[in-house]
Amino acid sequence: MKQNGTELGYNSKVEGDVVVTKADAVINWVRSHSVWPMPMGLACCAIELMGASASRFDIARFGMEVMRFSPRQSDCMIVAGTVTYKMAPAVRRIYDQMAEPKWVVAMGACASTGGMYRSYATMQGVDHVVPVDVYISGCPPRPEALLDGMMRLQEKIRTEHSSRELLGGREEQMKLRA
Amino acid sequence: MSAGEGVDSGPATGTGELLDSLGPRFEGLEPRPTTDHPATRCRAEFIRPLLKTLRDEYGYLMLMDVTAVDWDEESPRFTVFYHLLNPKTAQYARVSVDCLDDDEPEVPSVVSLFAAAEWHERETYDMFGIRFTDHPDLRRILMWEGYPYFPLRKEFPLAGIETELPDSEVGEATEAKVLPAPMMGGPFVAQSGQPMSASEPRGRDESWTEHHHRPEDFDALEGPEQPETLEDRSGDKPRIED
Repeated sequence: MKQNGTELGYNSKVEGDVVVTKADAVINWVRSHSVWPMPMGLACCAIELMGASASRFDIARFGMEVMRFSPRQSDCMIVAGTVTYKMAPAVRRIYDQMAEPKWVVAMGACASTGGMYRSYATMQGVDHVVPVDVYISGCPPRPEALLDGMMRLQEKIRTEHSSRELLGGREEQMKLRA
Repeated sequence: MSAGEGVDSGPATGTGELLDSLGPRFEGLEPRPTTDHPATRCRAEFIRPLLKTLRDEYGYLMLMDVTAVDWDEESPRFTVFYHLLNPKTAQYARVSVDCLDDDEPEVPSVVSLFAAAEWHERETYDMFGIRFTDHPDLRRILMWEGYPYFPLRKEFPLAGIETELPDSEVGEATEAKVLPAPMMGGPFVAQSGQPMSASEPRGRDESWTEHHHRPEDFDALEGPEQPETLEDRSGDKPRIED
């Protein structure tokens, strides 16, 4: 299994009982395969989100079936639906309550850009209040699109400098992100 | 629209019959032009007794809707509408009340007669700023408490007006604001070459996305910058490829 140039596979004939790899690769591998999503269902996209987690599309194949309705127990907020200005502060506060590391997926046109709701009441994209990692197009996106987006999130997680972020402290982390 | 014109023209609406029996009891009851259901205009002070009579004696047990119309320049500017249903005869009735004050419109609440009116009146207050006196809990229902505008009033632009987020802490942390929505290319803005009829809703693009002139503006433009901006525009506008 080749990922970002790091050999994750293990060949016992060559290596005996020892596995040599990078800390980043291990941490990212663990993180990307057990994303616990927090369904921020605000509109019809949430129905497709439910479809994605049911048997036909089976988001469990990617280790994401544990949808948690508590921000304390989840690490990926899937914003599925229209974010009104009245709701936006609540979305931000729930995001703030999630433990690090955390990611945000803007599912569908509304969460990404406001979609068809060009009006006084709708925030034109949830990225005005929370940092978004993956945008998924569609109105609403089909479950396959959501799964594709989540796989891209996994790819993104695998490129992160996790060990430096874990060991290097907050300041360096902020430098890395800047 | 003057009262009496067009009353009961076309299909029989029953306005006449309803008014014949109610007219003597409520002063100032007038027929409204209508094409479907009986419709009357009522003075604000009589709205509660009138709805009570309709409910208790005429079988209009159900309040289907309360809403309002902003007539813009006209006076009275705001008219509140009540839609009632008689479930036995499946007959609707429409009652309207003009708000006497154009700046601070006010109408008596009918929550004491119809519990259903509570949220309808809150919504009407939220969108039009019409105060319903004696309402038990007249707060905004769709927009947040403290929002400074009434969005369905005619002077309010569809795109919205810049203001602060409902939560000032989040607003400070994210530097996010309530901003006018981009209207360009949206569903309510006429595209060039696709004229809209006067009756269609439309929004003026007051957004940050409109950096470029519309084609009709170039006729009025003078000076050397004209070709430059024309070129700029061509790259940025979404177009339908043939």
